[in-house]
Amino acid sequence: MTYHSISQMIVFFLVAGLSAPLVGRYLAWIYEGKDTAVERGTYRYLGIDPDSEMTWKTYGQTLLASNALCFLIGFMVLWFQGSLPFNPRHLPSLSAPVAFNTAASFVTNTNWQAYAGEAQLSNLSQMISITFLMFVGAATGFSALMAILRGFVRSRGATVGNFWKDFFRFLYRAFLPACALMALILVEQGVPQTLKEIRTLHPVDGGTQTLVLGPVAALESVKNLGTNGGGFYNANAAHPFENPTPLANMIEMFGMLTFTFSLPFLFGRLLKRSRQALAFFAVIWILYAGGYGLMQYSEQSIAPAIASMGVGSPVSEAMTPGNMEGKETRFGITQTSLFSNTTIAATTGAVDAAMDSLNPIGIGVALFHMFLNEEPGGKGVGFAGFLKEAVLAIFLAGLMVGRTPEFLGKKIEPREVKLAMLSSLVTPVLVLGLTGLALLLPAGKAGIDNPGPHGFSEVLYGYASGNANNGSAMGGLAASSPFYAVSIGIEMLFGRYLPLLPLLALAGSLVRKPIHPRTAGTFETDGFLFVVLMLGFMVVVTALTFLPAMTLGPIVEHMFMRTGGAF
Amino acid sequence: MKLLSVSAKFALFLVLLCGIGYPVLMTGVAQVLFPIPANGSLIVKNGVPVASSLIGQNFTRKDEFHPRPSATPGPDGNGSVPYDAAFSSPSNLGPTTKSYLSGVKQAVDQYRSENHLSSGETVPDDAVTASGSGLDPDIGLDNAMYQVRRIAAERKIPKETLKRLVRETATPPQFGFLGPWRVNVVKLNLALDLLSATAIRPHGG
Repeated sequence: MTYHSISQMIVFFLVAGLSAPLVGRYLAWIYEGKDTAVERGTYRYLGIDPDSEMTWKTYGQTLLASNALCFLIGFMVLWFQGSLPFNPRHLPSLSAPVAFNTAASFVTNTNWQAYAGEAQLSNLSQMISITFLMFVGAATGFSALMAILRGFVRSRGATVGNFWKDFFRFLYRAFLPACALMALILVEQGVPQTLKEIRTLHPVDGGTQTLVLGPVAALESVKNLGTNGGGFYNANAAHPFENPTPLANMIEMFGMLTFTFSLPFLFGRLLKRSRQALAFFAVIWILYAGGYGLMQYSEQSIAPAIASMGVGSPVSEAMTPGNMEGKETRFGITQTSLFSNTTIAATTGAVDAAMDSLNPIGIGVALFHMFLNEEPGGKGVGFAGFLKEAVLAIFLAGLMVGRTPEFLGKKIEPREVKLAMLSSLVTPVLVLGLTGLALLLPAGKAGIDNPGPHGFSEVLYGYASGNANNGSAMGGLAASSPFYAVSIGIEMLFGRYLPLLPLLALAGSLVRKPIHPRTAGTFETDGFLFVVLMLGFMVVVTALTFLPAMTLGPIVEHMFMRTGGAF
Repeated sequence: MKLLSVSAKFALFLVLLCGIGYPVLMTGVAQVLFPIPANGSLIVKNGVPVASSLIGQNFTRKDEFHPRPSATPGPDGNGSVPYDAAFSSPSNLGPTTKSYLSGVKQAVDQYRSENHLSSGETVPDDAVTASGSGLDPDIGLDNAMYQVRRIAAERKIPKETLKRLVRETATPPQFGFLGPWRVNVVKLNLALDLLSATAIRPHGG
């Protein structure tokens, strides 16, 4: 790595890491104190009592019902786009499978894109279907996390909070203001923000070039701050209008991490255990930074088959050579590797380069992040998944030493372990089951673009992304074909709500338990040993589950690439 | 039933607030504070918008700097229309795919012969790979410097003058460390045309 790469990495890691405790403290504060006048007005309009506490079941029902209605609106807007106003290009409606896939994708915070943004959506659809659902998906995930955290924080309780109140506190006091600020910074850097849809240019060499414009900055900021990831344009954040400068690239990465990295500190603040927050953060950060190291290593290397053609510039401050296929010059290898690793780790799914053209190790890193999906993971639900892993790791440690496991003063008993396992099983069942099914069916095989193990990775990546609610894709896969649109659409809904409901139930079960004071016999969960236990547990379980599939895809492709094999 | 009616009110309220209110308000503020970038960073020449300084164009003449290869498809998503700004797209090809390797080989051969590279000189990686958007406005400095040979011969301008033009037009890393050195091909070719025009009439005609 050059000095140039290292300085960019260090500055980004410092800014993202050091701001996390401050943001965590702010987020803990927004749930305290009295409602503001705007909040009271909103509750009055909705006709709800913000101070009535909900059990986990009521909380879950409210979450599902509110999301279902939003999904319906988002779906209708896309399905009837052709008949709706503010469509100056007279774009037709999306097909039912693609409209379903897209509404499911955005309400679940996945932002998988089976459509090509600038070519298929009017600005009205970008606003009242896409941007609207981005806010709903992200704020819902965050609210669910608050309910789950209360399961650990409250002693001998019965309720886990009020969904509406959690939702609007986050939206009004953190999410919307942050989005507005970030949108303005992005416009200053060059991201368009207009309601005019088309601009025709007359290049000096003749001909015409058509620009598609719109409220891009407003969408771009919620896309990153909400770890949503769906782009205004087909090429997502590789498009110069979504991501015009290296600074914009840094700000977008920071947007993905600012809320997600702060969650351990939010939890630590609620628990009044700041050392615990550091231990959680250490685990998350080590997996995140390790992924970046591998990604950078992967993309700095040029495939031997290409290098033998006499391709590759000298390492200079001008440019770090590497795999530039699908990458933008203004980001180079370092900014692209930072972005690719961050977007997958935070399950944003925005991309500033083509994931399909990554070298195999880079694809492997992305897959591993998606299988884990909680370091730091998507808005709220990622950290909830992390706590589930902690419950399971503590349970295993308890088995090894032969005592009833305890986590943060709460006894972990059979019901908790069953619920955590139930939630854990969703990922392998959906990802491996659907990948296998797609490879058996002609409709699944027809959607593969690249031949050989790379093509296998495309399918595995698609289902890993759908289940993880990540949304990034190896773009060669025919995501808009009815088979993939419907199967990934259903998978995104399952991948979102199936693991979430057991976790809410887990919170409902934990909240009733008393918090035992620490004794000499308590297994400490805020020290070095716990960090090693968590890392070991997360990596080993993921590897055991997914290594066979990884072998068929990126690992075997890497071997072929090193020896100059091609398909 | 109460839950459903509350949920419906909730959804409609958020469509108005987040789907309409927020983007429209941001548009108003952005149009006042940053009107040029908010409208696409257009470059206007003689009253006509000729380009966006952020979006690449497909310069193919021998006496111009060439941008990177582009994989943007035609309007229906198929075929190839390089630098079609209405449909951004990468190639989506992987490093062990034969059609990808043969495409790169072809680009390498063409680049070598067009720019008279000796067998010992390596082709810059950005010159033979398609960008992530297909609309990359920039190329690396090495790439631009190799192309100077061809353009100097075509336009009969000294190489040193062109190299100075590349260096003057180049974009440095932001704040001295963010991103690589690069040069915007659209701006570079516009500056090149200006240079040619003044070279013909050295004393302002």
